Order: sequence, then structure tokens, then C-alpha cells
Amino acid sequence: MGGKVVTISSGKGGVGKTTATANLGISLASLGKRVVVIDADIGLRNLDVIMGLENRIVYDLVDIVEGRSKLRQAMIKHKKFNDLFLIPAAQTRDKMAVSPDDMVKLTDELRADFDYILIDSPAGIERGFRNALEPADEVLIVTNPEVSAVRDADRIIGLIEAADKGPGKLIINRLKTDMVRKGEMLSSDDVFDILGLTIIGIIPEDELVLSASNSGVPVTLNLQSKAGMAFSNVARRVIGEDVPFMNLDENPGIFQRLVRLLDGR
Amino acid sequence: MTNLLSRLFGRAKKGSGATAKDRLRFVLQHDRINLPPERMEEMKREILAVIVKYLVVDQDRVEIDLEQRDRRHSKLVAEIPIVNSTTVDARAVNDPDAKADGAGANGASNGADAEAADAETSVEDQDRAPAAPVEGEQAAEPGDGDDDKDAKT
Repeated sequence: MGGKVVTISSGKGGVGKTTATANLGISLASLGKRVVVIDADIGLRNLDVIMGLENRIVYDLVDIVEGRSKLRQAMIKHKKFNDLFLIPAAQTRDKMAVSPDDMVKLTDELRADFDYILIDSPAGIERGFRNALEPADEVLIVTNPEVSAVRDADRIIGLIEAADKGPGKLIINRLKTDMVRKGEMLSSDDVFDILGLTIIGIIPEDELVLSASNSGVPVTLNLQSKAGMAFSNVARRVIGEDVPFMNLDENPGIFQRLVRLLDGR
Repeated sequence: MTNLLSRLFGRAKKGSGATAKDRLRFVLQHDRINLPPERMEEMKREILAVIVKYLVVDQDRVEIDLEQRDRRHSKLVAEIPIVNSTTVDARAVNDPDAKADGAGANGASNGADAEAADAETSVEDQDRAPAAPVEGEQAAEPGDGDDDKDAKT
């Protein structure tokens, strides 16, 4: 069947789906994989700016679906990676312009030439989400360690399972280690207990993510960034490598150090 | 020692992270079976109203809870302690007017000497197991069809 379609979803908006998609795309490409990332958020296009490709758009997803553009014509090659392409969302149309079947047809065509086809799902549980879900071989659910995001993730997980696309894997994004340490934030274990899905990534809160989206250079290209490293680890897990989770607790406070000392840790 | 330190520094206090977890568990239990908490309470009251027509139960110790192993396996677990030393007499069952007295008797029989037997009833999630399995030494039988009008108290 060729390439694998991986859909990145979340239910709630603003948890980092697009950031995750861009970084996974870059990371997979830097691992030598042939990758296409598709922005399925028609009307609210964003993956292009996060990846720094907004100036190169001529055609978009709806143009392909409606036959105004050939598939290859609409695919934008990344500046740095020859085997990484973006199919941008249309900005002036709505989600109804594309059907789940259209997405299956499109991705089936791409499977022949690519190893991974990543789909950035829009927020919500309606048509846009259905479009992104239908062709998926695997679904990654991005959530934040925060009540509303986890609740929405649970809802989306139920829908993914009902569509026989489950169980999906979790990316816990924007974890603030110092707050978890103080008991003021859900830990990754807490989120796992509640949602019961395998965790494929824990991304620490990192200011460099904002700097990266400001400049259109995904954070995973920044070797100084812990979040970038964490995204790159997700990509390696996606291709089947067994990568241990990073120790995010590298700078414990004096109190923690004292506790560890006394505990013999 | 660690514990003492934690307490000294106030770390043992439950943080808002734990509160978030508890609240999420609660809200997701209801989201997953699509039955909001208020409706659930209503259902519990109705279940109990049916049971007390047949059995004297220790109403203060009745527990009907939703248990969830995961997203797809939910069950309703009821622990309804039955007061063995008394039974609801035929008059109380059949005469709606006498029902209030019967309920009063239930309350009165909660004394220390009243023997209570526990009836545990477990009802699996509907789309998993359509036939409700019943466990326990004494299980409440479903009521006759014509008892419906008495079900609400």
C-alpha cells in the first residue's frame, strides 16, 4: 500500500496540532523519509506560515479536488528538504468543499510516492475532522495537560474508535515540568490514566516554539530546543524506533534535590 | 522523612493538578455514557423508589455509582443494603397512601441492631451487554409493568 497516512487531531483548537504536524514533517524528512504534509483546515490555513512556505502558494487542496490543478502542481517543496512537500488548505472556501472520499482518493495517489502523508486536522468534530480522519492509517491526538483539552481529546478518541481508526496515540504538548512538580498541573501519567492511550510524545513548554513560528522555521530544526528534540523523538517513534522519553526534570529546585537525596534517588 | 519535609514545605497539600484530575474523571464518566450528572441522580432516585416498594433498605448506605474501566467499559454498580429484620408488608406495597409510612419505617429501622444484607447489582454498559447481569446474594427483581405510576416519589 506504500506510504502511511498519519492524521494529527485534537478536538480542541490551539493545543498545537499545526505545530506538531510541521515539526513531525520536518523531523521525518530529516530522517530521510519522503513526506507530504496536508493542511486540512480549509478556510483557516496555517500550516504554510508555520513551515515558512506561505509565499510559494499557487494552488491549494480545493484546487486539486476540483481539478483546477494537478496534484504535483499544488505541492510546495520545502526550502531545506527536497523530499518534503506541503499541500496548503484553501483560504477562501469552507470545509464542505472537500469530502472524506476526496481525501481518500488524494492520499491514495500520494501513497505511491511518499513514505508518510501527514494530515493536519482542523479543530472540532465536524466535516473537516471527518475529512482528515477518513484516510488515516494512524491518528495522533495532541492535547495539553489541562482540563478542557483533555476532555475534548477524550471526545475525539471516542469518535476515532467509533470510526475504526483507533486507538490512536497521544502527544502531550506544552507540559510545564516545574508546575507538575508543584502539583499544579496534570502530569503525563495523569493524562495517561484518564485517557488510557499510549503516549508517543511529551513536549515540554518551550519559548523557542513561538520564536520558531515567528520566523517560520519549525523548532525541531533548532538543536537548542527541548521541544524540538521532543518532536524529533516523536518522529523516530512514528517510524518504529524505540526512543526513551527525555528527562524533562533536569533542573530540579533545591527542595527537589534534597528530597531525592533523602530518598536515595 | 521525605514525607515530613513535604509537609513542612506544604507540598503534601493537594495541588490543583489533582483537582483537575478528579474533575476530569467525573466529567468524562458522564460524557462517555452521555448521561449528565443531574439525569443520573434522577435515575438513582427512580431505581431506589422501585426497590423500596419491595424491600426495606438502609437508605443512608445506598450507593449507586458509575464505574469505568476505560472508555468502552462502563458499569453501574449498586450497593443497596437490605434491612433483614423487617419486610415491607403487603399493605405498604399495594396502597400508595401507606407508602409514606413505609418509607418512615425504613428510616427508623436504621438502628444499630438492624441486620443489613448487601445486595450488589451490576449493570454493564448497554451497548456491550444488553442483558443486565445480576450479582449478589439478594438481588432486586424487576417490578411488574403496572407499578410504573408508583416509581416516582
